[in-house]
Parts: sequence; C-alpha cells; structure tokens
Amino acid sequence: MMMKWRGWALATGVLAISAMAQAAPPSAAMLSNACAGCHGTNGGSAGPSMPTLASQSKEAIEAAMKKFKSGERPSTIMGRLAKGYSDAEITAMAEFFSKQKLHPTNQTLDKAKIAKGASLQESNCGRCHIEDGKEGKDDTPVMASQWLPYMQMQMTDYLSGKRKMPEKMKEKVDPMSKEDLEALLHFYASVK
Amino acid sequence: MTLDRRSFLKLVGAGAGAAGLPLIGRAAELMPKAGKRVVVIGGGYGGTIAAKYIRMMDKSIEVVMIERNDHFVSCPFSNLYIGGILKDLNPLTIKYDKLASNHGVKVVQAEVTAIDPAAKVVTTSKGTVSYDRLVVSPGIDFRLDEVKGYDAAAMEKMPHAWKAGPQTVLLRKQLEAMKDGGTMVMSVPLAPYRCPPGPYERASMVAHYLKKNKPKSKLVVLDANPDITSKGPLFKKGWKDNYEGIIDYRPAKKVTEVNVQAMAVLVEGLEEVKGDVINLIPPQRAGQIAVAAGLVGDDKKWCPVNQTTFESTKHAGIHVIGDACVAGPMPKSGYSANSEAKVCAANVVALINGKETTDLSGINTCYSYITDKDAISVAAVYAVKEGKIIAVPNSGGVSPADYSASKLEAIYAQSWLKNILTEMST
Ligand SMILES: Cc1cc2nc3c(=O)[nH]c(=O)nc-3n(C[C@H](O)[C@H](O)[C@H](O)COP(=O)(O)OP(=O)(O)OC[C@H]3O[C@@H](n4cnc5c(N)ncnc54)[C@H](O)[C@@H]3O)c2cc1C
Repeated sequence: MMMKWRGWALATGVLAISAMAQAAPPSAAMLSNACAGCHGTNGGSAGPSMPTLASQSKEAIEAAMKKFKSGERPSTIMGRLAKGYSDAEITAMAEFFSKQKLHPTNQTLDKAKIAKGASLQESNCGRCHIEDGKEGKDDTPVMASQWLPYMQMQMTDYLSGKRKMPEKMKEKVDPMSKEDLEALLHFYASVK
Repeated sequence: MTLDRRSFLKLVGAGAGAAGLPLIGRAAELMPKAGKRVVVIGGGYGGTIAAKYIRMMDKSIEVVMIERNDHFVSCPFSNLYIGGILKDLNPLTIKYDKLASNHGVKVVQAEVTAIDPAAKVVTTSKGTVSYDRLVVSPGIDFRLDEVKGYDAAAMEKMPHAWKAGPQTVLLRKQLEAMKDGGTMVMSVPLAPYRCPPGPYERASMVAHYLKKNKPKSKLVVLDANPDITSKGPLFKKGWKDNYEGIIDYRPAKKVTEVNVQAMAVLVEGLEEVKGDVINLIPPQRAGQIAVAAGLVGDDKKWCPVNQTTFESTKHAGIHVIGDACVAGPMPKSGYSANSEAKVCAANVVALINGKETTDLSGINTCYSYITDKDAISVAAVYAVKEGKIIAVPNSGGVSPADYSASKLEAIYAQSWLKNILTEMST
C-alpha cells in the first residue's frame, strides 16, 4: 500500500521541501491542537458529550481512531475526520494526548450510584478497566473522570448493537441490569 | 511610485520626527517593550487562541492582545437566539480575565487605528504599542458601497446581525414584534463571506420561530449566489420536511439597494421586495484595520498569506488569521480561525526564536441547526502540499443525507460550543 505523503514524511522524518519555503511536517502537537476545538485544550473536554482525551491511553486512542476510520465504530463526525490522518499521524496524536495531565471534569453525580458502582466494578470490570478505571489493559480506554453523558451515549450504542462490544465485556454486561450499568458509569466518572 | 494618502502622512510624520519637530497627533507609547513581544489584534475566535497558544508555547514572549470591547459575543449559536431557542446571549459571551490570569496575556481594551509595518508599531485609541511580530484577527467588515442606501442608520432599521451583539438582539426584537402573517426578508451576499452555511441556518431558525409562534408568516430568502453555498441538499431536505410553505428560497437574487422608508430591498436595482422585517447581510471583506494597513490583496477584500505561517505576503512581520485571510479551501468559520490561530502561534514562536517552521495541520467542523433538535454538519481535515493548503483527499464531508445523525449532532454541537468558548476564555 502506498502511504499518504504526509504520513510518509512524519514516519521517516524527511522534510517536504517545496519551492515556497522549507517547513517541517506537522508535529504531534500541531496535529493534536486542531482537535482541541471540540475536545478542549490539550484534550481536557469541557463539553459533556465530547470525551476528554487528556491522559487517555495511547492504545485506546489509536484503536478508536482506526475503528472510526474503517467505519467499524459508529460516529457522526469522527469517521469523516479520522480518514484525514495516516496511521503514523494517529499514533503521534494518541501519544500526545496520553501524555497530558488528567483533566478533572466538573459534573454532578449521584452518591448512591457511585457507591453501588464501586461495589460492582472490581469483580465485573476490574480485569480490563484496571485501577478503578485509571488504566486500561491493552486498548481498553481509561474511564476515570470521563464525562458521564459521553459514557451513557456509548453504553446506549453498545446495548443497541450499534457499537460492537468486545467479547469479554459482552459476557459481563449482558446479565447486568440497566441500573447496575448506570451505577458503574457514575462510579467511573467520579474517580479522580 | 505613487503614494497613497496614508503612506504620505507617514512619510511626513517620519520627516517631522527626524527634524526634531513635535509629532503632532502622535499618541504616547502605551507600554514600552522590553523583550520579545507579539501583539494580537482582535479578541475573537482567532485572536484569543493565537494569544493563548503563543504563551502556552513560549512563556518568554510577551503577548499583548488588543480588543475594542471588554467581552466577546459568539456568532456561532447566535441564530439559535434569534430563533427563540436560547433565552439570552449569556452562554455565547466570554470575558478575557482568565486569559490574563492563566496565561499572562496582557489584554488591552482599545481600538487599533493604524499599523506601521516598517516601524513595527500599532497605534491604538490609548497609545502606541510596538511589536516584534503582529497577529491580525479582526474578522470582517462590510462592503457598504455595494448596497446603495445601507448605512449606519439603515442598519438600525434593517439589521445585519452578522456580528453578534446588539444587532442580534435587535433582529430578534423585530421578529418578535412582527405580526402573524408578516413577511421577513433576508438577503445573502455573494460568497466568500463569513460562515458559508450561516445564512441558511439562520433561515432555518427564523422558520422554526415562525412555525411555532406566527404560523401565517413567511420568510423570503434572497440569495445572491446561484444556489445554497454549503450543505445544500441537506438544507433543502430540512426545509422541505419542516418548513414547507414558510421558507421561500430565491437563488440568484442579488440585493443592490435598500429603501429604508419603504422597508424594501431592490434586487439588481430593479425588482422591489418588501418586508415587515428585513435582515440584510451585506457583502463582506477583511476587517477595516486590515484594509487600512494595506494587508488586503489585489481584490481589495481579503488578505493573502503564507499558507503555513500565515505571514502576510504584503507586509513582513504581520500575520493574518481568521475570516480576514485567505487560507486556501478553509472556510471562513470560527473553527477554521481556531485552527489557523494555533498553526500561526507555533510558527510565530518558531520565527521569533529563529527556529524552523512547521507545516499546517488543520480542521474545520461546522454544525448548523435545522430545528431545535436537529443539526447537520460539515467537516474536513487540512494539510499543506507544495505550499498550498488542501483538504486531505478522501476525508471530510457532510452529515448523512437521510438525517439519521441529526439528533446526535444537535447534542454534539452544544459540547462543541462549550469547548471552543472554553478554549478561548480559560
Ligand atoms: C450567524 C453566524 C453563525 C456562525 N456560526 C458558526 C458556527 O456554527 N461555527 C463556526 O465555526 N463558525 C461560525 N460562524 C463564523 C465565525 O463567527 C467567524 O468565522 C469567526 O468569528 C472568525 O473569527 P475571527 O477571529 O476572524 O473574527 P471575530 O471572531 O469576529 O473576532 C474579531 C475581533 O476583533 C475585534 N476587532 C476588529 N477590529 C478591531 C480593531 N481595529 N481594534 C480592536 N479590536 C478590533 C472585534 O471587536 C472582534 O472581537 C458564524 C458566523 C455567523 C455570522
């Protein structure tokens, strides 16, 4: 497969030399800053339906972007945007956001649901959503401090089958009640 | 070589200074420059971001942002206010205090009246400010000479509402005061103008208001363009499904004159169209200060710039971003201005420090509301190829034609607004 010229430049570090001027190919920061209009400065989102990317796992962002690109993960705008980046650029952006400080979200959560979620999470989700969701196994996303409305929208897509659940997640989620799932999301949103 | 009046006055001024004569009318220096300094003109979608990101990237550079107002009202979502969906403009209003306290941006409330590219000095209503590099993001002003009779007084009767604030409030008040069965007329200028889908979103929001509150009323859209300039098929479907019989869309109708007394507009100086409310969106060009400073190109409207550094091709050391500049296929949108500002900031920092510049990577996403619960979008990724900005092939595009994503996009659009305004103000 031929790599896109921009991806090639980034991967090899070769500068694109043009007649106009000599400039380096877009850096990881240059690529990632463009995302901040929707995802917040350095990926710290202030909008409840847009996920915070700051301190998200590199593997999770890479996996998400590639699935957006292929259409495997449903989206409104992200599929259209992800197609504009080479795999090397996606990796560069994923690494950039993974290195940003965790962005504390300011949201109203239900105390009782948090407590219930806390009691459920270790045994049900803890093998992949490690450390109270502050870390993720392989490409499992970090859930700690994520926006509740964003996670609820994703859970709706999972339950309707619009977004495909990983096998291990499906085994755990299928027998759970809506209330339990909701409690889990409140818990993860609350983790600082 | 011929001299225009401004250059002539500058020469006379310089001569007077050299001869040790008093510089009549020359304002005093507002803030003496010690180290490296970037001055940013405009505290809107482009200016705030350029100012903030330069400080985030290099704290050793002093950044002075000069803005005429003490707050900024966002055009994005102002159509929802006109359509009665937003109660007031508060969610669209930002202040600058946190740019100062979080990033050390020095915010000066003043009008910039002149730029001297040779001396690297801007003149403001409060005094002069010198710079090493200047970033200009003044947005748009109107080509009023192309609409006969449309002057400052006419604007109070036939608002443009194309800069958010009092004009936006005026248009909503007029719409609210209109009788049921009345007609609102809206004129759309020839592209390029600020926000390609903006007029059609406004038409949708006005129609939403009329359908709900004044169902016997009509909206006539007189579009100078041969067709809807952005997301055309989506707007047409949205109007057909929701506003049949309310929106009367008439393409290729260029308004060239207004008659305030008769509350009428004239298409090509001939066909008169009357309205109880008239929203006249005039043809546009770069903000006045960019025109006065000789930053516009041969078209006398927009500012040509290097497509990676955004440095003016007219005057070295001055960068122009946002609506005022020509950034290849990037539309004149808030998101583009935001994206351009970051690319410009990185390269201004590089140039001041004698480092290599970096090619642009940019994004635009624009949401337009069709009803209070449905929105559509256009999105694209931009890169530089051989010195020119291009939309990256096989990416970007508009929402699905069947409106299957419109409910979700109406939700995402709200978070977009929240994030982009938070970026600009914290
Ligand atoms: C109705 C409408 C809807 C829109 N919707 C969207 C949308 O949904 N999404 C989107 O991305 N874009 C949208 N836009 C477009 C967006 O508003 C502009 O593209 C954006 O504001 C451009 O940013 P800018 O920095 O160039 O100018 P502005 O944001 O207008 O900022 C310019 C600033 O400079 C100041 N200024 C100018 N001259 C001087 C001077 N001489 N001295 C001091 N200060 C000065 C002004 O006061 C102003 O604050 C919309 C526009 C309209 C009209």
